Amino acid sequence: MLKFLLQRLATIIPTLFFVSVLIFGLQQLLPGDPAIALAGEERDPEAIRYLREKFHLDEPLPMRYWYWASGVLKGDLGASMRIQKPVTELILEKLPVTIQLACMAIVIALVIGITAGVISAVKKDTWWDYGANVFALWGLSTPNFWLGILLILVFAVQLGWLPASGYVSPFEDLKGNLSAMIMPAFVLGNAFAAVLMRHTRSAMLQVLSSDYVRTARAKGLDERVVVLKHALRNALIPVITLGALGLGELLGGAVLTEQVFTIPGFGKLIVDAVFNRDYSVVQGVVLFTATVYITLNLLADLAYFLVNPRLRV
Amino acid sequence: MAAVVFEHIETTPGRKTWKRLLRRGGALFGLSVVLFFIALALLAPWLAPYDPLATSWSAVRAAPEAAHPFGSDELGRDVLSRIIWGARASLLAGVVSVSISLALGVPIGMAAGYLGRWVDALISRITDAMLACPFLILAIALAAFLGPSLTNAMIAIGISATPIFIRLTRAQVISAKAEDYVEAARALGNPHLRIALRHIFPNIVAPLIVQATLAIAAAVIAEASLSFLGLGQQPPAPSWGSMLNTARNYVDQAPWMAIWPGVSIFLLVLSFNLLGDGLRDALDPRHK
Repeated sequence: MLKFLLQRLATIIPTLFFVSVLIFGLQQLLPGDPAIALAGEERDPEAIRYLREKFHLDEPLPMRYWYWASGVLKGDLGASMRIQKPVTELILEKLPVTIQLACMAIVIALVIGITAGVISAVKKDTWWDYGANVFALWGLSTPNFWLGILLILVFAVQLGWLPASGYVSPFEDLKGNLSAMIMPAFVLGNAFAAVLMRHTRSAMLQVLSSDYVRTARAKGLDERVVVLKHALRNALIPVITLGALGLGELLGGAVLTEQVFTIPGFGKLIVDAVFNRDYSVVQGVVLFTATVYITLNLLADLAYFLVNPRLRV
Repeated sequence: MAAVVFEHIETTPGRKTWKRLLRRGGALFGLSVVLFFIALALLAPWLAPYDPLATSWSAVRAAPEAAHPFGSDELGRDVLSRIIWGARASLLAGVVSVSISLALGVPIGMAAGYLGRWVDALISRITDAMLACPFLILAIALAAFLGPSLTNAMIAIGISATPIFIRLTRAQVISAKAEDYVEAARALGNPHLRIALRHIFPNIVAPLIVQATLAIAAAVIAEASLSFLGLGQQPPAPSWGSMLNTARNYVDQAPWMAIWPGVSIFLLVLSFNLLGDGLRDALDPRHK
């Protein structure tokens, strides 16, 4: 276990180093003098001078990277040019909203995706199977921002059941919070449910044809027990691991979902930063997302290692 | 003799694959819709009933009717004409960004897989770093730093999708390198570049074609997403993503503005996904 953990950590360190180089390199894509670009439209000479000094723009590139990376290692992702707040503080402020959205989306995706995957595998080559496959194709091919607009049209405009946009803290009004978050969570979970359905279906098909399932059936066990207790439990091992990896993509999807439903989360933070040319925030958000993704990868590997006894031998 | 030649032509791998592809209903549907959209994009100047940029104050947010079958938008522009012209932006973005990914990813992946050792270790770590940033967030960041435009969106999407092709090519090359025909080519004294290009590359093309088709679907959605956020095609030029962004503000008054661009994106992406799935099955007979 310790050896496995050390091996994984040994690959993570260079990956994190290259992630930091990549994100630092983004700044070099800015056309012209980065200080002028970062100063925004006003081009205040005082601000330009301050930025040049702050980002050590007169120094060679490796030195500039060193200054930036040492700040990041201390948890300093820079400061927002527009809001005049540390990027870390901004991220931590917006993150709970996105975490709630992502968690609700995951629950929706797990319920729909795994149920559809199991039914599709158990009823292979029937209309149930075709229906589940059509659902997966729909989920993978529908842009979530369009689905969001359609749901607003039906449930907010036509039926008036749910609010079209906005956000209420669950601590202020739990019911209001849930009714504002249910549509965005469904939109975000839709594509993820399709991915989970495909993985569950293929894992279930493999497990259902294995010897121990045949033995369980030969013992005369109820089909429901065979499917849910013997097959699904084993089929879910790779599905859960793959599901953990899908969380990173959920963060990407959250950008568009939060934009459609005007939810003041992590995704909206990056979009607003892009339009305000608040490049430190953009860099900070990308770095934070990548670190979360790498950590989830590591946790998924560890979970796989822990739940799969064959790897521990 | 003629019969032998005919039989040979009948059984070439390309023809077999084509036949297998055409036997699949989903793939056939996907191919037809893709060809339909290609024709739409190419013939846009002749097919579009109106100039996609022409505004008409007498037709602001006009509901679908004979003069405007898909209705008109907030400036009185014909939605159908903008959908037809918008197909150009979507298809161009899909094809160009995947071409960028292929042009970068295949040579780098081949170098990693064929040369191995430190070259592989270095490329693999860089690829891991790129894959650690979710595709859309990386594309948004790149597009933000490059500046909003369709060209920059295509570059951003192309670069963001490159690591997938590096990984795929690397894995395929590593597996092909162990094959007997590569050993034989090496024993005959062929130089490395020739082995890689003449012997290995033709044998790894099939999975690359499948991945490229599926990547076009992802690139079409990514372009629409970037345009929706205002980082892709800039107004007033028509793009399905930017049309949806505008439609969001009029969803209660003019829902047709949101329906047709979304249907177009959905159909094109679905078709590329079906075609990609069909190609994977047709190119690999083990897949059923």
